[in-house]
Amino acid sequence: MKPASRFLTRPDQVGVVHMTLDGEALTARPGDTVAAALLAHSGAASRQSVNGSSRTAFCMMGVCFDCLIEVDGQPNTQGCMTLVRDGMALRRQRGLRDIARSDADA
Amino acid sequence: MRDADLIIIGAGPAGMAAAATAAEGGAQLLLLDEQPRAGGQIYRDVGVNGDTRPFLGKDYAAGRPLVGALDAPGITAEFGATVWRIETGRRVVWSRDGISQVTTAHHVLLAGGAQERPVPFPGWTLPGVMPAGAAQILMKSAGLLPRDAVLAGSGPLLYLIAAQLIDAGAPPRALVETQTAGMMLGASRHLPRTLRAAPTLFKGLALIRKIRAAGVARHTGASGFKAVATENGDIEFGFTAKGRAHRLVTPLLLTHQGVVPATHMSRAAGVAHDWCEAQQSFRPKTDTWGGTDAPGLHIAGDGAGIGGAEAAQAAGRLAALDILHRLDLLGEEARDQKAAADRAALDRALAIRPFLDAAYPPPREFLAPEGDTIVCRCEEITATDIRRSLDEGANGPRQVKTATRAGMGPCQGRMCDLTVRGILAACGTPPSTPRARSPIKPVKLGELAALASYQETST
Repeated sequence: MKPASRFLTRPDQVGVVHMTLDGEALTARPGDTVAAALLAHSGAASRQSVNGSSRTAFCMMGVCFDCLIEVDGQPNTQGCMTLVRDGMALRRQRGLRDIARSDADA
Repeated sequence: MRDADLIIIGAGPAGMAAAATAAEGGAQLLLLDEQPRAGGQIYRDVGVNGDTRPFLGKDYAAGRPLVGALDAPGITAEFGATVWRIETGRRVVWSRDGISQVTTAHHVLLAGGAQERPVPFPGWTLPGVMPAGAAQILMKSAGLLPRDAVLAGSGPLLYLIAAQLIDAGAPPRALVETQTAGMMLGASRHLPRTLRAAPTLFKGLALIRKIRAAGVARHTGASGFKAVATENGDIEFGFTAKGRAHRLVTPLLLTHQGVVPATHMSRAAGVAHDWCEAQQSFRPKTDTWGGTDAPGLHIAGDGAGIGGAEAAQAAGRLAALDILHRLDLLGEEARDQKAAADRAALDRALAIRPFLDAAYPPPREFLAPEGDTIVCRCEEITATDIRRSLDEGANGPRQVKTATRAGMGPCQGRMCDLTVRGILAACGTPPSTPRARSPIKPVKLGELAALASYQETST
């Protein structure tokens, strides 16, 4: 089951950005960061730690690196520092990164 | 030949105020900030929000003129720009969109601000537990409002966020504070000095009145924080207050124990630091202009010691005046004359700090946690792991790091440095300031390699 977002969204922004998360459609507001878009989308984990425990974005200011995510094939991108873009393909990371191999092939 | 007179790193209150003053004085400057837009965290996105989020209040809107003032001749501002190295000789290496470049200047001003103090307790890594300031960033930058949140910890920011949520129509479920009546009483000896900051004090009292009037449940003297995930993904937050165990279920537990200077950049730049007992944090040693022992390097704002946005603006302007003087763009007398108003503003803004530091101290359970509490979030190293490494002979932060991997993850110790220091101090060996090394943000090897060829062609 997907936990509901832990946030209420305000109707003060217009427009919509279309992206994918692990291949599934995801919409966001223009000007949002990837991390904010994911937190608005659901309360579920957006990453698994080195030991496989669930994490979501944490500090929202580029300090903690808990928001790491694969963006358009680039792993370990800071979701809280990256603005959403139409067509962006996001993939959640699970555990440690392998060199030259992404979750898609794992 | 230098690329600029001055490079300012950080476009928050200190950096923006310094940029305006330096440009007005005739300096050519480069302003770098890691975020997509100007404002820092306190004025995050204030330039683009306009009047759309009035619940954030007047103090937030007050940041707008600072952002507007960046549109001035002499200021080149680059956003999404991550500085990962500052070299002696005032060379700043920064990265954007996967490409690094080097910029040189006669002076560098660090205005990197603060980060929230880590608040480690069992369950603080779970989805649904966040720093309160992080939630406020989401309110400012994305218009997201925490749903039925519990605010827990200590400090004036919790009152401000609670009041903002009430005004936005999404009041928090409860406010759980760790400070005790005894701490408040002890802090009251600072009140005579605080009278000079009476407006700030009254603002705080007005926030508390608003929270009371909204009927938000409030606990004080809370301890023994613990969070577990419920079956549907909510957080069950347990704590003890007034001898009773409490349990609150919430989608979002927001914790806070104040903010601390972000010192990775100043430490990696080789600036001398010391330990500030009152603020339980490391901070760089600076003179009255923000000058440091590193030639050509000034530091202003919360990165030099926590003082808040108004103090940061005054300190930013003071640093800029001194830099203008050193650039021969401003005489010594003119510098001192222009500085008078900012010195007075700085004193006024700092007058409330001794009271706040004493009234809202971070409790020991967060400074030196025990048991299975995770200390290093990146590598998932617990307090027990750290304490065991001490028993086995580790005698300082570097040996703890080597023995346990605490601090070796992508955040490079930003989330655990202070906690490792706290545990070392609790075990009898308060360490000196830990080292930070370049690159102070992760950089891909390919980006480093590309930089090497860039340097060859440009020298």
